[in-house]
Amino acid sequence: MESLKKYVLDLTVRSVTKVHARYVLIKLTCEAPLPPMLPGQFVEVRVDGSPSTFLRRPISINFVDDKQNELWLLVAVVGDGTRWMAALKAGDSMNCMLPLGNGFTLQSRESASQGVLLVGGGVGVAPLLYLGKNLSDQGVEPTFLLGARTKDDLLMLSEFEKYGRVLTTTEDGSAGEKGFVTNHSILSHEQFALIQTCGPTPMMKAVARYARERGIECEASLENLMACGLGACLCCVEKTTEGHVCVCKEGPVFNIKRLLWQD
Amino acid sequence: MARLDVNIGALHLKNPVMTASGTFGYGLEFQDFVPLDQIGGIIVKGTTLKPREGNAYPRMAETPMGMLNCVGLQNKGVDYFCEHIYPQLKDIDTAWIVNVSGSSPDDYAACAARVDALEHVLAIELNISCPNVKDGGMAFGVTCAGAESVVRAVRERYKKTLIVKLSPNVTDIAEIARAVEAAGADAVSLINTLMGTAVDIERRRRVLSIGTGGLSGPCVKPVALRMVLQVAKAVKVPIIGLGGIMTAKDAIEFLMCGATAIEIGTANFIDPATTIKVRDGINDWLDAHGVKSVEEIIGVID
Repeated sequence: MESLKKYVLDLTVRSVTKVHARYVLIKLTCEAPLPPMLPGQFVEVRVDGSPSTFLRRPISINFVDDKQNELWLLVAVVGDGTRWMAALKAGDSMNCMLPLGNGFTLQSRESASQGVLLVGGGVGVAPLLYLGKNLSDQGVEPTFLLGARTKDDLLMLSEFEKYGRVLTTTEDGSAGEKGFVTNHSILSHEQFALIQTCGPTPMMKAVARYARERGIECEASLENLMACGLGACLCCVEKTTEGHVCVCKEGPVFNIKRLLWQD
Repeated sequence: MARLDVNIGALHLKNPVMTASGTFGYGLEFQDFVPLDQIGGIIVKGTTLKPREGNAYPRMAETPMGMLNCVGLQNKGVDYFCEHIYPQLKDIDTAWIVNVSGSSPDDYAACAARVDALEHVLAIELNISCPNVKDGGMAFGVTCAGAESVVRAVRERYKKTLIVKLSPNVTDIAEIARAVEAAGADAVSLINTLMGTAVDIERRRRVLSIGTGGLSGPCVKPVALRMVLQVAKAVKVPIIGLGGIMTAKDAIEFLMCGATAIEIGTANFIDPATTIKVRDGINDWLDAHGVKSVEEIIGVID
């Protein structure tokens, strides 16, 4: 995996849009061109002026719009740090360390003849948008399989539709097929060469089981609790076939063969 | 431009800013943000004779103005360091220091002897204060006899500058400092983390995998400053101060309380360029106050 230079940048908020009650889409820019970033990499955001938050917050890269020189972050508002982010206004500054970690493997057109399936759940759909865009740019049309609790929790569907076929599931049946992503009918009548997934751990484990049983290559993006984001503090470790490794530096994207998910 | 260089025993530092073990990896992780050769000294992560897996996840809990960790000395062992990491570091012009840990005096001494052979590692920092391992670590650092036994064993087999990192989890840190000085330490560094815990009320259990962890960050600074003052009165060897330093002002407080050098720890996680900013800030303060050398402010506070 190539290693991109990391930066600490004061980015300027261009907009903060409420996507749904619990999610915001933050678009950031800066005067100089944004540095190169890969799909699946993440940003560590400094939270300013909050007495209860001390550490940076890791947020996945949702999208990079080269023409607009914009970085998009799709944020679930869950605590004091993300609440601070959601309250930012256009023109405010956000201090970001980026790009961090290793991204998803970009399947080439030749090896993608059997198709690439991108499976997201909840706010975990975020990094799949930029991944889909990159695949589309090199002539691979991915299939997005996106799951959520309800219709309202399905995020940014119109954006995903720009880069591939979009299939959905909801737990309450309010949109798409009813159930979990792993219940979707596409899985029983189409073949894929590669599955890439991001979302809640139980969902990713179920996707990994499906892939393993059929011998399909599979990558999953983990989100263990982190401090430094650089592989220095050794807090975000995942137990793998090579022992404890830092999710921030060795991941967040792992081939499932490295993970101890055989249960 | 004030003079910033200081001496820790025979160890010469180009400036008093060092990195705290376990917060700066092997330095290489921070190369995109900091010119490593401008840091006074880099103390690499805790190294043991044999590889260690460390404790289970979760290992971290955020706290008001700080964090708890229970990493538990995860590292690939001293042989791996010597063969794979050291070659990448040795030509970078800073004072490289290895933090050494173990589970018995012989263990510490064997690890230290291995590091003694590395030409560009000029000192070791002996970790007798890790609160996150069962065997050894803090167990040695909380009694005078335990601390002495480790320092004596290492002193016999390690000829370069020997720094001993002290635990704040004791009744009287000055007493431990005196014991390690008598056993042959060239310097002491303090404080390691304060033992604490964090609770998850929804799950009705403790957050960290082993229940407790070490507290670091700005919340511990007042405790660290008080202990540096105490130890400065108790020993003649140089003191390296650490505990919650985020800014040059924090660093100057430690220097005035009697520290000859300081270490930046948890702050590296918030701003990876803290070390250089602190160095520049110390210089600016000295210049603004007409002080010609950093040595003039060391220990000026009673």
